[in-house]
Formats: sequence, structure tokens, C-alpha cells
Amino acid sequence: MGFLATHAKAFFLTELVKGMSVSFKYMFKPTITLNYPYEKGPLSPRFRGEHCLRRYPNGEERCIACKLCEAACPAQAITIEVEPRDDGSRRTTRYDIDMTKCIFCGFCQEACPVDAVVEGPNFEYTTETREELFYDKDKLLSNGERWEVELAARIALDAPYR
Amino acid sequence: MIVQALAFYLFAGIVLASGVMVISSKNPVHSVLFLILAFFNAAGLFVLLGAEFLAMLLVVVYVGAVAVLFLFVVMMLDINFVELRQGFLQYLPIGGLVGLILLIEVLAIVGAWHFAPEAAKAIQVAAPAVGSEITNTQALGLVLYTDYVYVFQAAGLILLVAMVGAIVLTHRRRPGVLSQRVPDQIARRAEESAKTVKVPTGGGI
Amino acid sequence: MVELWDVYIWPAAWIVIKILAIVVPLLVAVAYLTYAERKIIAMMHRRKGPNVVGPFGLLQPFADGLKLFLKETIIPTGANRGVFIIAPCLTFTLAMVAWAVIPFGEGMVLSDINVGLLYLMAISSLGVYGILMAGWASNSIYAFLGGLREAAQMVSYELAMGFIMVCVLLMAGSMNLTDIVMAQKDMWYVLPLFPLAVIFLICILAETARHPFDLPEGEAELVTGYNVEYSSMAFALFFLGEYANMIVMSGMLTTLFLGGWLPIMDVAPLNMIPGPVWFALKTSFVLFFFLWVRATFPRYRYDQVMRLGWKVFLPVTLAAVIIISGVLVATGNAPTIG
Repeated sequence: MGFLATHAKAFFLTELVKGMSVSFKYMFKPTITLNYPYEKGPLSPRFRGEHCLRRYPNGEERCIACKLCEAACPAQAITIEVEPRDDGSRRTTRYDIDMTKCIFCGFCQEACPVDAVVEGPNFEYTTETREELFYDKDKLLSNGERWEVELAARIALDAPYR
Repeated sequence: MIVQALAFYLFAGIVLASGVMVISSKNPVHSVLFLILAFFNAAGLFVLLGAEFLAMLLVVVYVGAVAVLFLFVVMMLDINFVELRQGFLQYLPIGGLVGLILLIEVLAIVGAWHFAPEAAKAIQVAAPAVGSEITNTQALGLVLYTDYVYVFQAAGLILLVAMVGAIVLTHRRRPGVLSQRVPDQIARRAEESAKTVKVPTGGGI
Repeated sequence: MVELWDVYIWPAAWIVIKILAIVVPLLVAVAYLTYAERKIIAMMHRRKGPNVVGPFGLLQPFADGLKLFLKETIIPTGANRGVFIIAPCLTFTLAMVAWAVIPFGEGMVLSDINVGLLYLMAISSLGVYGILMAGWASNSIYAFLGGLREAAQMVSYELAMGFIMVCVLLMAGSMNLTDIVMAQKDMWYVLPLFPLAVIFLICILAETARHPFDLPEGEAELVTGYNVEYSSMAFALFFLGEYANMIVMSGMLTTLFLGGWLPIMDVAPLNMIPGPVWFALKTSFVLFFFLWVRATFPRYRYDQVMRLGWKVFLPVTLAAVIIISGVLVATGNAPTIG
């Protein structure tokens, strides 16, 4: 490119005008973003969201208090205390997950031999206080009851690949 | 007329008060801010006199440019106020002397004005009568570019010399400084700067 | 008693009514400018922009305003209290005060003074103080650097702006803005002075510290510059001041180059539309340009901003003053005295 052409280009701001025409053209193209609270993107069955403690269909809680999840947890977010129940079975008296520590690695659900603790599809559980994020056993079990249908479906979908 | 009088006393009072604050306030930045307030109200006084052109120039030049530079410098100084107050009395004689000279000069002007009102007329160019078609911008221009054109040009030259002097004093060529040449960067093309090479496996370039 | 009413109270009340008639629509315009900015930039980014509060998000500016209003005003311990509080008030007031001389239509101007152009120049040069004071009084390094940058930038670009104003002044032969608009009856100055209009447009981007010259804000290096320490209404005043300043500058460009309230052509359907509508349309067009530029270009580097102001615009506009006055004298079109 010659001297004259280069300087004419700089003087007439051609490159700036070109750039602006591009952004003007894009103004009339349809939007490509989701209208989030009303529209949501697809989630994989392996998506790791909020934790749940599941029950068997007969209502018995699955967790056998083996503490594998507590041992597997790299963030040490899980705290478990155990006592034998009246019928002699081994059950947790305390099952806490500190959601502020949790890194959502999914090791707890991998470690669980009875599919009791799973990470569900829910990612919208913001709270107004920090304390509300220290989940206890009741909270986790109620999560499990609320999401059971989807949790079962997700586990069934993922089963062929395990 | 009452409104004009009130406005005059308002502006004049603020000019005086902020003038006092300029020299008495402890923080130099506050001093400069009060100085700006004084300039601004002086511009208000000019407007009351019907000299709106001068008023606007005062704001544009002094407030808009000169005082900004003052403020810049004063804000960036790291001043120890205690130390600043210590030498206060030591400067009193020389400061008082300057003040006294200024006072005598002001008295001389006021005295001349009082005793010989016609003296001022000798150097003053006839101002356009109030209510005439000519605006004071045009009146100033007419005087500045006819009667006082040499003085005006000389003032401009002095400022130019001052500017060139300041640049000469501060500008030095330092070796080894990398600087950007924008036109060269813009003129650079991909074809000139990069080439595609077919590299044989394990051969290197 | 009647005299008191006729001579003092009624004229004063009338002026207050006129001021309100300018300021209230202006504040609404500022509110919707923020909305338009978010919406237009969203469109250029192929996003949706605010769309939740009210239909199409139209009530978003009021929601934002309410939020800011309800927040706590925080004054840092180390701040210089008085200056810290005055700074946002000054910025906001100056952005409002400039409207006093801008004509919206034939005779529709608050104060038709002879030195309107100089007045605008003076007000825009005062704008530095609010920012410099805020930067210094916050007692924060980021705020201070932001204030210094903005002050240096505004002072630099004011020179080029001033010379361009002188060019317009030479063409029109008057500093009264109404006269300048009337002088464009046959041809808007944007046609003969096109390069200067472009430079003026770039200068007002720099003068209001908008993209791509928003270095005083520089989120990446200065957090948000001079207003880091401000919260609540004090911040809102800076925000309103910045956007009101954008509108003032666009109004100035409209008046100087786009023929103010004059219609595009003086023919039947176009000259039926009242002047203020034309003025608003042209100003909105310039404001759209502001947003368009913001969506398109990345930020300049600071030394490049200074280089552009001092080494490019200043010589070019200075040359333009000389060339234009020469051409005017040579063709016998130079303005004559009264």
C-alpha cells in the first residue's frame, strides 16, 4: 500500500468508520442470550448442584453412616456423627454440609455406596445470611424429598456410563 | 436597583471574605479553592458592571485554566502543616512590607481618582454608551486591535517567549528511550511482518 | 403591595417556572439516557438489556434512582468533609446551569445573553473542579489519580474545543447562540466545517470522559476513578452530572453545527414540526453516537489521549482558525461590526 493510500486511510478514519458500521449492523440482529429467570439453558444429568440426602421408596433413609463422603470431601465440608438407632441399625445423628466450604467436586456422591448423598440439578439456592448455608440433616433430607423424581431420573440416565 | 445593590454587596462580601480565607486557611488546597471562589465572584462583579465579556474571560482563563494548575500543584505537594506554621513570624516583616507597598499604591490610585477625576480620562478610551448597539465584546476588540495593537502583540510575544523558554528548559533528549511511532504501527501490514513457513518434521527452521 | 408583586415576585416566580420547565424534562432525559445506553449497547452486543422493571424495562431508571436514594451516604474517616460533600453538588449544578443559554426554539431560551458561547466555555471549564475536588477530598489514591487524569484531559481538550468555537464564531459573527443558529438558516455549519464538526464530536467525548476516553474511570486500573469513595445520593449526583453533561455537550454540538432548532429543510411537512422537537431529535442523534462509540471502541491509552489532544487536535484546529478567517476575509464574508 502506497504512502498516499495509508495516509488517506488514517485521515478519513476509515478503520473507525468500518468498526462502527459493524456494531451498527449487529444492532439489528436478534439477541442470542437467554432471558434468564424465565428461560434456562439445558443441564446435563451429571450437573453438580445443591446437595440432597435421599430416602428409599419405603421412607427409610438411605444413609448408613459409613462416613466415606466425610473422608472423601477435599474441602472438609461434611461433618457426620453416628449412633446406633433403637432397632440396632447404624444411622447418623448429625449430617452437616457447610455449603460455603463445598467446592462441588462430586466426590461425596462418588464415594457413597448407597446413592444417599447426591448433588442435584438445583443451582438457585442463594440465601440472605451466611448461616442459612450451613445445611443440616433435616434440610438435606427435605431437599431430597423435593427433588427425588429428578434425582432418580438423573441417576437412571447416567447409569449406562458407570 | 435594590436587587443590583444586594447582588453587589453579596459578590463583594464573598470576594473579601474568601480573600481573607485564602491567606488564613490552614490547608493550602482550601486556600486555592477560596481563591477560585474569589475569582468567580469577581466575575460576578464584572457582570454587574455590564462587562460580561471580561467576566466570562475571567472565568475561562483564571478559574478554568490558571487555578486548575495551582490546584494541581498544591494537591500533589506533600505538606507538613506543623512545619509550615513554625516559620510564620519569620516572614512577617517582608510580608508586611509588601502589604504596605500595595496599600500605598491603592491609596495613590484612590487619591488620584478622588482629587483629579479627569486624570483617568487621559488614558481611557471612550467606552460605548450604555444601551448603544455595540456590544462590549466588539468595543474591546475595536480598541484592542486598533489603538493598542502593538501592546497587544507585544504581550502575545512575551507569552510566546515564556512558553518557548519553559519548553527549552524542561525538554531534553534522553538517549535510549523507546517511543511509539503510531503511523508506522498503523502502516504495518500482515504480509510484511509474518510469513508462513513449511517446517519439515524434526528439521526446525 | 401591587408594585412589589409586579416588579419583584412575579418576574422571579416566572423565572423559577422557566427553570423548572428546563430542569424537569432534562432530569427525565438523563434518566432515560441511562436506560437508552444500556438498551442500545445491549442490542449491539446482541443481549437483551434491562427488561424486567416495567414494560420493556422502562421503569428501570426509577428503580435505580430509588435504590441509590435509599442507600446510606458514607463519608470516609480520612476525607475532607466539606470539600467531599461540595464536589458532587458542584458537578451536578454545573451540568444544569449550562442549559441557561442553549436555545430550544425561536426565542425559547432562559437567558439570551451576548456571550452565550463564552458562557458555555466557562461552565464546561468549571466542570474540572467537581472532579478534582472529589478526587482530592476522598483521601484515596485511586480517586486522586482519577481526578488528576480527568482534570488534565479536560484542560487539554478544552483548547481544541475553544478553537473550534472560534471558527463557528467567525462564520456566524456573533457569540449569541440564537444568532449562531439563525446564521445556519441556509446551510448548517456541519457541511462547510465537516472536519471541525468531527473533531468537536471527538473532543466532547473526551471532555465528558466517555468511551473511548474514559481513562479517569478506568475500571481496570483505577476501580472507577474519582468517585470510588462515593455512595448513595452523592454518587447519584455524580452520575446525573455526567449524563447531564453528555446532553449539554450534545446540545452544544447541535446548536453549533446541526442548526439547533431549525428543520432539515424549510418545506411544508418538515417546518410544521415545532423547533424544540427538532432540537431534541438532533441532540438524541448525537447522544446515540456517544453510545454507539462506547459499544464499538476499546479504551485509549493515557499518553495517546494526550498526544491526540495536544499534537493532533490543537495544531489542526489552530490552523483551521487561521484558514477560515483567511477565506472569510478573502471572499468578503468576514463578519462586520454591528
